[in-house]
Amino acid sequence: MLNRRTFLLEGSAAAAVLALLVGIPGVRAEPAAAETPEFKTTLETLLANAKPHDDGSLVLDLPESVDNGDYVPVALAVESPMTAENHVKAVHLLSTANPRAAVATFRFTLLSGKARVTSRMRLAKTQDVVAVAELSDGRILLTRRKVDVKVGGCGI
Amino acid sequence: MMKKPPRIKLPDTINTGEIIEIKTLATHIMETGNRKDAAGNVIPRDIIHTFTARFEDQEVFSATLGSGVAANPYIAFFMRVPGPGTLTLTWLDDEGTTTVEKLPLNVS
Repeated sequence: MLNRRTFLLEGSAAAAVLALLVGIPGVRAEPAAAETPEFKTTLETLLANAKPHDDGSLVLDLPESVDNGDYVPVALAVESPMTAENHVKAVHLLSTANPRAAVATFRFTLLSGKARVTSRMRLAKTQDVVAVAELSDGRILLTRRKVDVKVGGCGI
Repeated sequence: MMKKPPRIKLPDTINTGEIIEIKTLATHIMETGNRKDAAGNVIPRDIIHTFTARFEDQEVFSATLGSGVAANPYIAFFMRVPGPGTLTLTWLDDEGTTTVEKLPLNVS
């Protein structure tokens, strides 16, 4: 029977095992949460069998660690001349472990001048955030950044 | 629905051909649709799902937002100003509310 005592004992045993697996708590950062099936299918749909590049030209700027997952500043930028021949069409922002993978899609035009956008996102837990850029020449850029979240965004 | 009008920041002076940053802050709950009320009923999703910026009759920038965008959505983006004209910003939410702001750009 599960009473409070055995629950606490089992809980602390589980915590001890977890501590061994993860290392000393507080010394090593929490590992990113597993990718959700929804994230995987969203990314697959987005890539449509294209092979993404990570050549450093897509920059995803996020804090390494946040206390509060409700307001996480995020900036996305791609170095691009933004001409008719060579421009960024869209940048997608994906969460790997929120209840919904698709956070936002930003679409640029030649009038944008710069493929750069700043916003604020919610993060339910420590996880990787993924950015995917679609270029006018058909190339796809992908980059990811891990964010440590101390208190997840409430009710995401 | 927005409780108060969105806040928009533009540079004080704008020159033709210049690339300017446009900062926008909407006031919106961005209810995710994943939360429950005290009685255990799901609170329906109510988010701003679309933001569009147009200059005269041309699109400058647009965004499709999900529930992972923080409450009171802040979006800052850029625009190459081709000359004088009106910038129209539009926010659409799940309740069907459309918020439109028209900003004449004083270009020198």
